[in-house]
Amino acid sequence: MLDNLTILEASKLIDEKKVSALEITNSYLKKIEDSKKLNCFITVSHDKAVHAAKETDNRVSKNNRIGPMDGIPLAYKDLFCTKDTLTTASSKILSNFIPTYESTVTNNCINKGAITLGKLNCDEFAMGSTNKTSFYGPVVNPWKSLDSDEELVPGGSSGGSAASVAADLCIASIGTDTGGSIRQPASFTGAVGLKPTYGRVSRWGTIAFASSLDQAGPISKTVEDAAILLQTISGHDNKDSTSSQKPNEHYFSNLNSSVKNLKIGIPKEYMSDDLPLEIQNYWNEGKKILSENGAEIIEISLPHTKTALPAYYIIAPAEASSNLSRYDGVKYGLRTNEKNLIKMYESTRSDGFGDEVKRRIMIGTYVLSSGYYDAYYLKAQKIRSLIKKDFDNVFKDVNAILTPATPNTAFAIDKEEKDPVKNYLNDIFTVPINLAGLPAISIPFGLDKKGLPVGMQLITNSFEEQLLLNIAKNIQDSINFKNEPKCWWK
Amino acid sequence: MDDWQTVIGIEIHAQVNSKSKLFSSSSTDFGSAPNTQVSLVDAAMPGMLPVINKFCIEQAIKSGLGLNAKINNKSIFDRKNYFYQDLPQGYQISQFKDPIVGEGSVEIEIEGITKTIGIERLHLEQDAGKSLHDQDPNLTFVDLNRSGIALMEIVSKPDMSSSDEAIAYVRKVRSILRYLDTCDGNMEQGSLRADVNVSVRKKGEELGTRCEIKNLNSFKHIGAAINFEVDRQIKIIERGEQVKQETRLYEVVSNKTRSMRSKEDAHDYRYFPDPDLLPLQLEQDWIEKIKKSLPELPDEKKLRFINFYKISGYDAEVLTSDRRISEFFEEVAKNRSSKLSVSWVASELFAVLNKLNLNIENSPVSSSQLGELIDEIENGTISNRAAKEVFEEMCNSEKSVKDIIDDKGLVQISDTSEIEIFINKVLEDNPENVEKYKNGKTKLLGFFIGEVMKATKGKANPGLLNQIVKKKLDN
Repeated sequence: MLDNLTILEASKLIDEKKVSALEITNSYLKKIEDSKKLNCFITVSHDKAVHAAKETDNRVSKNNRIGPMDGIPLAYKDLFCTKDTLTTASSKILSNFIPTYESTVTNNCINKGAITLGKLNCDEFAMGSTNKTSFYGPVVNPWKSLDSDEELVPGGSSGGSAASVAADLCIASIGTDTGGSIRQPASFTGAVGLKPTYGRVSRWGTIAFASSLDQAGPISKTVEDAAILLQTISGHDNKDSTSSQKPNEHYFSNLNSSVKNLKIGIPKEYMSDDLPLEIQNYWNEGKKILSENGAEIIEISLPHTKTALPAYYIIAPAEASSNLSRYDGVKYGLRTNEKNLIKMYESTRSDGFGDEVKRRIMIGTYVLSSGYYDAYYLKAQKIRSLIKKDFDNVFKDVNAILTPATPNTAFAIDKEEKDPVKNYLNDIFTVPINLAGLPAISIPFGLDKKGLPVGMQLITNSFEEQLLLNIAKNIQDSINFKNEPKCWWK
Repeated sequence: MDDWQTVIGIEIHAQVNSKSKLFSSSSTDFGSAPNTQVSLVDAAMPGMLPVINKFCIEQAIKSGLGLNAKINNKSIFDRKNYFYQDLPQGYQISQFKDPIVGEGSVEIEIEGITKTIGIERLHLEQDAGKSLHDQDPNLTFVDLNRSGIALMEIVSKPDMSSSDEAIAYVRKVRSILRYLDTCDGNMEQGSLRADVNVSVRKKGEELGTRCEIKNLNSFKHIGAAINFEVDRQIKIIERGEQVKQETRLYEVVSNKTRSMRSKEDAHDYRYFPDPDLLPLQLEQDWIEKIKKSLPELPDEKKLRFINFYKISGYDAEVLTSDRRISEFFEEVAKNRSSKLSVSWVASELFAVLNKLNLNIENSPVSSSQLGELIDEIENGTISNRAAKEVFEEMCNSEKSVKDIIDDKGLVQISDTSEIEIFINKVLEDNPENVEKYKNGKTKLLGFFIGEVMKATKGKANPGLLNQIVKKKLDN
């Protein structure tokens, strides 16, 4: 009864007092304990979770339940600072860091009664799309190929957030998305992953990767749960100057699945012969479903799509190189003792950061250097505004855009990719959305011939998350996909 | 030496007068115990974000208006990246390409000649923390109380050509900021410090290579550092060598500047717009409102003092260079002789303040007390000389002016018959001198007056005394 629960289902059970929050929480804690092979969690907050569950039960007994999130066990990417709980960003350099404060995102969840099961593994400082850059080792995708026993990547950087939902180690999770870090792993694990409009969710207390692109969002089993979670974590925050003043919306209660008379754009630049046939087929099926349900499908053009990836890999590392300067061994985190300051910086940062993080710090430092700034950073910013303009133009004609979420499905953890640029291609469909600051959602469509989940991406204009969720729900209801990988890991 | 020209440009770092920091709500109290005024943001804890303090923006706008400068409706905060132990973020939030305040100017006056010094810009930035190297033989400690405090960097154009002009410029800017209450101007506490760029050239030649002397925190040091540097650079060029572009430090003990780092060692700060902060957009209405609220500034006030109080340009300058002094003076001078008021404030009171190393806010004599004293002079109760004695007592006691006059018996003798008694006695006692006077040695008048003053213990009304003695001798 307590397996594969959605937020809505669990909420109903708690409301009807059929199950206590503590029973649900304990069942998840047990599953987490039994699923160490997947390496989803860096920290399990056992005591915190049990304590919070008892508080929920106490409220329920007094008929004072806060709302649908009260008593729901969640887990958070280890990028969200959690008070008195280890917060590492999956990096050695923060492997001893215990914040004295709670991020706005996790605090919003806690205030609605959600239970913190623990902190989820991810790529180091969210840099990666495989989860292999984590200091704590790779997360393993609960899904496996039909024809192989190889362990697969869950995608990244929110790999633990996606895998833990697919393996049912939490009811839902929160990740962050800088260039696809929610949508790509959601796609690789058959989950629903939503990246909100830049500014919809506060970044306060979330360890920064690239400040102008980072945005937290939910990973869940259903679109309904995504709506509830988005509503829970969104809203203006005085502590984040880039947080939007727009009032929060009731995404869940306003959810309706009608797509009648909507215009859905299909960007021709996203079509490519390299795209695996099955992904193309699911894309076509998406068009068919939406069309049959009353939407109009229109081919559109986003002419600067090709330049998005190079621009992203200049802007994101540039910001990261500066954001990560604070990890210097002086104030908190790892410090390697040395005779002088410069040596201390060198050994602390050499020892504390992994290769991918170092690579991006170096790229970022380079592109901001005097003499290179105009050729790289400034040009990338200009491209960024052209990409935004592309979308602005298209949204004059269409309500939403449908694309694949990723150019591939999950691949083997052992597959060594020597060329980092090839890894960066995983983000090709997701990166332009971050550059434009738009909301997008990845929803599971089905399995490829190896039996691995394929996700499609929907994009809408800024702050049109409601429309995004509505269209996603329409597709979800038409497809009836079950994110229930065969359990091999216990 | 005569054909050498000096070119000086100055960057003033002025701490914004504000209770809280530029991007956090921590207090800016000076002298608090180390690391007690530090928020999560100031310590650059993971995930922390800066939020602009609107009051600091208002202070920067005020300062810009006070410097006759253009306020930019849109400005951008940039990150200036470098590593240092007392820079927790690994970058300083500053303004690089788009500062909040653009071009402006101030006027300085040297020996009666007015010169306009151009302002290039004013921008806002965060201060760093403080490294304490003297607490332990092997360790450096870091105090983050200063970390994140708002500074205004005011960059002049290279319009100054002597150390006197440089000092006059810094004095003027400091005075304006203090008038506006946007910086307390306390140089000892480091609230206002200057980086001075100096170069020399032969008349008519192109600009020479400049050196920057960092962190000068007194007018004396500014003058001494410039004079040393000019001399040093001229000697280098006259030896046929070239001045190297570098950053230098002024050492007080040796009164010399020494090299700190060369141009080659200069940091590449990798400036870029801070993505945590949106561009700063200022409503014109707000700027206009601030403009209307500006107080009278030193230049205007000086003119008014000259015209209204009929005092000299020099006195007006002295009395208006500091807002508190000007206010003190106006309280004293209200409905009183401006000549007496100037003399008592600018000479007597300043001498005491200088001697006790106090500023006007801590003056031992209040403006109303000083006013009372002047009243007693004006209505003839006491002589100027007696007033000095009263004033001295006022500086050391809480007693009222009247009580001091009574206690010391200083009431002036203005009764003609009483003064005559003293005069007659002196004339009788000095017949030879009376004789000499009458034979033409009129200089002896002072002798007689002095003797009477001695006899009356200085209490004789000097005007009357003068008049009567003369009359008696001339008859």
